[in-house]
Amino acid sequence: MKTVDARGLSCPEPVFLAKKAMDAGEYPFAVLVDDTTPLENIKRFANQNKQTIKVYEADGEYTITFEK
Amino acid sequence: MYDDKLIVGYDSSDDASVYLAREDLAIVQTVDFFPPIVDNPYEFGLIAAANSISDIYAMGARPITALNLIMVPSCLPLDVVREILRGGADKAWEAGLVIAGGHSIEDEEPKYGMSVMGLAHPDDLWHNDTPRIGDVLLLTKPLGTGCLTTAMKVELVSKETEGLVIDTMARLNKNGSEAARFADVSAATDVTGFGLLGHAAEMAGSEKACTILLDSKNLPFLPEALDQAAGGILPAGAYKNRSFVGEKVKFDPSVPLEITDLMFDPQTSGGLLLAMPEADVSEYLSEMERRGETASVIGQVTEFRTHPLEVR
Repeated sequence: MKTVDARGLSCPEPVFLAKKAMDAGEYPFAVLVDDTTPLENIKRFANQNKQTIKVYEADGEYTITFEK
Repeated sequence: MYDDKLIVGYDSSDDASVYLAREDLAIVQTVDFFPPIVDNPYEFGLIAAANSISDIYAMGARPITALNLIMVPSCLPLDVVREILRGGADKAWEAGLVIAGGHSIEDEEPKYGMSVMGLAHPDDLWHNDTPRIGDVLLLTKPLGTGCLTTAMKVELVSKETEGLVIDTMARLNKNGSEAARFADVSAATDVTGFGLLGHAAEMAGSEKACTILLDSKNLPFLPEALDQAAGGILPAGAYKNRSFVGEKVKFDPSVPLEITDLMFDPQTSGGLLLAMPEADVSEYLSEMERRGETASVIGQVTEFRTHPLEVR
């Protein structure tokens, strides 16, 4: 699965990268972030674009998988 | 050191410090500076200056002098520095204040702002945490500058909206303040980094003295802001403000998430939040209209209900 590493990036970059991956259309893909701000922003982005996501947290990092 | 003539200082969350120079004369002093929020150096100068002067207007005072504070990297072309300062000078001219001097140092990231001094009769000063129960709340600029300047970084915003965002941030709160001089204003502040709800929480105070009731349907937003907020283009400050205000606010569940997000959106050079009697509102609104500006009635101050802030 393709993973976009958005760790250490500040907003709006993580959402922008998620949008690029979504537009590429290669499902499933994951976006990796290390802060709650990009996590919350990507949740909103996914909701606006009617995407189904799963969030997995480990050691303060979040893997957000876009399923479709 | 203690000086009893310092009538507003560190112990208050007011917008500026106030020193009683004479019984009938208060000196209001403030300072603010920040890194560029837009690419154009002249526009950055306009915005930084409008933001610095705003604290004086939020106290109900008249700005008279300012000192420039500028930090720039040595590699920054002198033309760019001149453009930033020209923006500041133009705003100072518009505000009718004199730039009396300033200080510049080298720094890795550019920053610009002003320390501004204003004057007022002590009885005419507005404080930010003394709203009167029954008063109506007005807001003089639309919300969404934090969200939209974030979106502008990756060119998600139309050129038309971008221009409007810049104009809004560069607009002085002069008219908003002067148009309210006749009114019996009970509390005033400018909406900046803590967002509408952060500043409204300061206004409501911590003593369960009142509840500030905000009507989400009457809030003014910049175009495209709701859409960008719904798409997750929010700065980290919006989430910090949400967690800072936390339990102080009760939201009606019908208020959409993007509206509550924008109520926490940190504003740069935001509008004035004014509490005044309902009887003064129509005259204030017509005076604003006469000056080519608008204000929105966004809520009211009530007896304490369950939370200092309530949004419905």
